[in-house]
Amino acid sequence: MIKRSYWSLPYLIFMVVFVVLPLILIVIYAFQDGSGHFTLSNIGRFFTDSDSLQTFALSIEVAIENTLICVLLGYPAAWILANRKFNSSAVTVMLFIMPMWINALMRTLATAELFNMLGFTLGKGTLLFGMVYDYIPFMVYPIYNTLLKMDNSYAEAAEDLGATPWKVFWKVTVPLSLPGVMSGVLMVFMPTVSTFAISEFLTNNKIKLFGTIIQENINSSMWNYGAALAFIMLLIIGITSLFGDNKETQAEGGLI
Amino acid sequence: MKKVFAKAYLYLLLAFLYAPLVFIAVFSFTESRVLGNWTGFSTKLYTNLFTGGTSGGSSLLAAIENTLIIALISAALATLLGTVAAIGIFNLKGRKRAGMQFLNNIPMINPDIITGVSLFLLFVFLGISQGYVTVVLAHITFCTPYVVLSVMPKLAQMNPNIYEAALDLGATPSQALRKVLIPELRPGMISGFILAFTMSLDDFAVTFFTRGTIGLETLSTYIYADARKGGLTPELRPLMTIIFLIVLILLVVVNIRRERMNKNK
Repeated sequence: MIKRSYWSLPYLIFMVVFVVLPLILIVIYAFQDGSGHFTLSNIGRFFTDSDSLQTFALSIEVAIENTLICVLLGYPAAWILANRKFNSSAVTVMLFIMPMWINALMRTLATAELFNMLGFTLGKGTLLFGMVYDYIPFMVYPIYNTLLKMDNSYAEAAEDLGATPWKVFWKVTVPLSLPGVMSGVLMVFMPTVSTFAISEFLTNNKIKLFGTIIQENINSSMWNYGAALAFIMLLIIGITSLFGDNKETQAEGGLI
Repeated sequence: MKKVFAKAYLYLLLAFLYAPLVFIAVFSFTESRVLGNWTGFSTKLYTNLFTGGTSGGSSLLAAIENTLIIALISAALATLLGTVAAIGIFNLKGRKRAGMQFLNNIPMINPDIITGVSLFLLFVFLGISQGYVTVVLAHITFCTPYVVLSVMPKLAQMNPNIYEAALDLGATPSQALRKVLIPELRPGMISGFILAFTMSLDDFAVTFFTRGTIGLETLSTYIYADARKGGLTPELRPLMTIIFLIVLILLVVVNIRRERMNKNK
């Protein structure tokens, strides 16, 4: 092919303007006061404000719990789906993935309404339940994909060498499927921390998560503090994405 | 026995996943404003939805229209930008290529709220008044990476010789592009477009931060505002049911066709 490498230029310019510059602006605003002078007070305010810290801790806690429950419930489902003995129908797999295609706000709202009708008080319990409901497809799908692509001969070799099915599962299948679990964790953990509408719906505004306080600050024109909170979130993303394989976060690309 | 357990587990989980949707679908056929209160079978909510006779006037219909228009424009532009970018990135080497791929990953790793807030700050910083245009620009930003990722594998699968053969046989570069390259990339472009379209339809957070104060509502922001007011527009129930059915039918058709094609092979 002739030189078409310069075709990446428009995209490069676009990305610099709409991705890189905005991220730099978050950092700049985070370290500025209202009149544009350098300050550390926004970041300092976060670390001294017990409300913000509590919200932050709660968000991380909910995100960890949600991720754990999604792994515990999602892994067996993915394993059964990928196992030819139990499931040979692509339609069942599709039914698990389908919720990913429906507007998350709608699904959350439907869940919240169901809780209301059943007479549950909206709070932490319903928040977790609804979060699991929202995010479990994002856990099942990448795990299912890795299990499906896994080379069966390892498990067969272990069996031939006398391992019990239980041992084969824990010593071969689980370790080999960890990349899938990791990308599932990435697809569940960060969105849980950053969500705002979902937690508001599921708790009737009683419980605030980190995303909500970012939103409230930005919307009430407290841009600098909002940017500082967003900056803290960026740091967490940087840390968590170090653990994951970036290629795996692209799992969604293969959905169609 | 094991099989029964396995199946039971799957169906239990599916029942849990679909319970709220089924519940909404059932109560879309009654007139009651309050969910869970069955006041007899009626299709009034459906007629209301399509005639714009919702309790909030025609704002729901306008929000649906905005959502679709924004998704179509963003997906089309993202497909164009992403395809050109993929061709360019594919022809880059070494560090430049890795750099572009890294850039391409950023919007996918960023949670929506970061994308939303950062673009909000950009538009504030540049003094651009926010509205339709900024929402479309923001949607292109988070959609294009998925197009690039859908098109890149097609470039890798393609035999580079056929493009050169076209040139050797006297095609101009633009002819070779239109007659050889684009047809080869089309499947990737189509799946990229569909992905971009659905991402745009689903988006809430980014739209929320970049729509400005001109009262632009998409379906997501409409639902959000509606839920905050407390009284959920009952006509959302038939709408959710219809969207649910469309997605279900589309995916079942695609999957059954794929299964049939695999069996024929």
